[in-house]
Amino acid sequence: MNIFDIIGPVMIGPSSSHTAGAARLGYVARKILGESPAQAAIQLSGSFAQTFRGHGTDKALLAGILGFRPDDARLRDSLALAEQQGLDYFLRCEAIPNAHPNTARITLTGSGGKTASILGASVGGGNILITEINDMPVHVTGQNSTLVILHLDKPGTIAAVTNYVACSSINIGSFRLSRPHKGGEAVMTIEVDGDIPDTLAEHLKTLPNIIRVVLIRAV
Amino acid sequence: MLSYQSVEELCRAAEDSGLPISRVVLSDQARSLEQEEQTLLEQMSARLQVMEVAAEAGMDPSLRSPSGLSGGDAAKMRSYAQSGGIAGSLFSRAIARALATSEYNAAMGKIVASPTAGSCGILPGAILPVLEEGMCSREQAVMALFTAGGIGMVIGNRATLAGAEGGCQAECGAAAAMAAAALVELRGGTPLQAAHACAMALKNQLGLVCDPVAGLVEVPCIKRNGAGVVIALSAAEMALAGIESKIPVDECISAMYQVGKALPSSLRETAQGGLAATPTGVRLKREIFGDALPG
Repeated sequence: MNIFDIIGPVMIGPSSSHTAGAARLGYVARKILGESPAQAAIQLSGSFAQTFRGHGTDKALLAGILGFRPDDARLRDSLALAEQQGLDYFLRCEAIPNAHPNTARITLTGSGGKTASILGASVGGGNILITEINDMPVHVTGQNSTLVILHLDKPGTIAAVTNYVACSSINIGSFRLSRPHKGGEAVMTIEVDGDIPDTLAEHLKTLPNIIRVVLIRAV
Repeated sequence: MLSYQSVEELCRAAEDSGLPISRVVLSDQARSLEQEEQTLLEQMSARLQVMEVAAEAGMDPSLRSPSGLSGGDAAKMRSYAQSGGIAGSLFSRAIARALATSEYNAAMGKIVASPTAGSCGILPGAILPVLEEGMCSREQAVMALFTAGGIGMVIGNRATLAGAEGGCQAECGAAAAMAAAALVELRGGTPLQAAHACAMALKNQLGLVCDPVAGLVEVPCIKRNGAGVVIALSAAEMALAGIESKIPVDECISAMYQVGKALPSSLRETAQGGLAATPTGVRLKREIFGDALPG
């Protein structure tokens, strides 16, 4: 928590949890997809499912998926903008067992055929917690600059990534690895102090066994 | 993260260095965020501007929320304030600014959550009229937001700022405490007086439940912002008069947290109890969402 989490976020109303947090979830999903989305399937659970209309949660999620930040006034018109941009979206309310009350599952298919799915919750004050990326358990808050790196579970991959981050004089605040299957696809989430330059993320993409590098700046 | 774990620690740091709370918070956050103080000042100034725009846009008499439950009351309050009201025009204009910001929020306008969207009217409601009246400079108003933010961070760390966890006392209560401390600093009070103002504002909202009709940030949230700014003003006035809170502010914060934990879930933002469960609250919910809505 920093001063701008208290005097902030700057956001389109009415609810930090049901509007701003929802927009952040959509935004991070879009970032992880890494290209313009053509299809979005959104599942709402708990309080999100019950009150999404009154809070504009649907508009906020779609706005994020369209790449708008929580303070972008276009959030109000995101349903129409999604149609204009040819984004095919589908919303359903179905409880997700044991999930936080404000939880959404967002599954995106991009115009170039990439796919991404996240499971995330809006945990209060516009803050979010993403607990799954592409069905792999993670812990991403988006409060610090975060690298989400999809990669192949091969020896030396983690060392190569963390070495490069270290050589750039960036301090890692937290590191998590999720690997459902030995030798398969895995995900590293690295939260750092301060900012991460775009050039660093670009370089990481060139390392062996890296599938996708997503840089999430505090949103 | 803030380096100070309590309001007392924050106050002591300010008193020891002879600086206002805002300065202590600014340098602490510049260190913590690894940024220049000037950068943070610019960001905060931009936030003050968003507050100003929202508090004016919300004065539109034709403003309505998507649910139709709210809008247009700030315009009534501003028009009434011109008469001077019972307690003077600054007082009624503070209520008008708080209502305007909250109504604009409900109408999907752009606001600064401070600390939350549901309580976003109280801090601008307190600070903007003082600025408009020429009782402080713009730079001082920006600094006052650092004071408010520092207090908010302590409350968030020691207790909670979420209605779902602590009820309305955690949102509007915290906002009023933040605003009260900011007002004391703006009017030349000491850090210790700011701490007492903070305590008195919290004490006067202790136990306030979160019971939004239809789960929306409108009824009773908007009017609680109008009343919250009054609590902030009265707490600041008492503190500036030299009145002290018998219970220290950090103990008030802990009490708020304990009371919040003791509240049943029906009174913590679930729209199951309090005003939400009144016959009218239930009818309004049905009118907005229809019968098909689960829950």
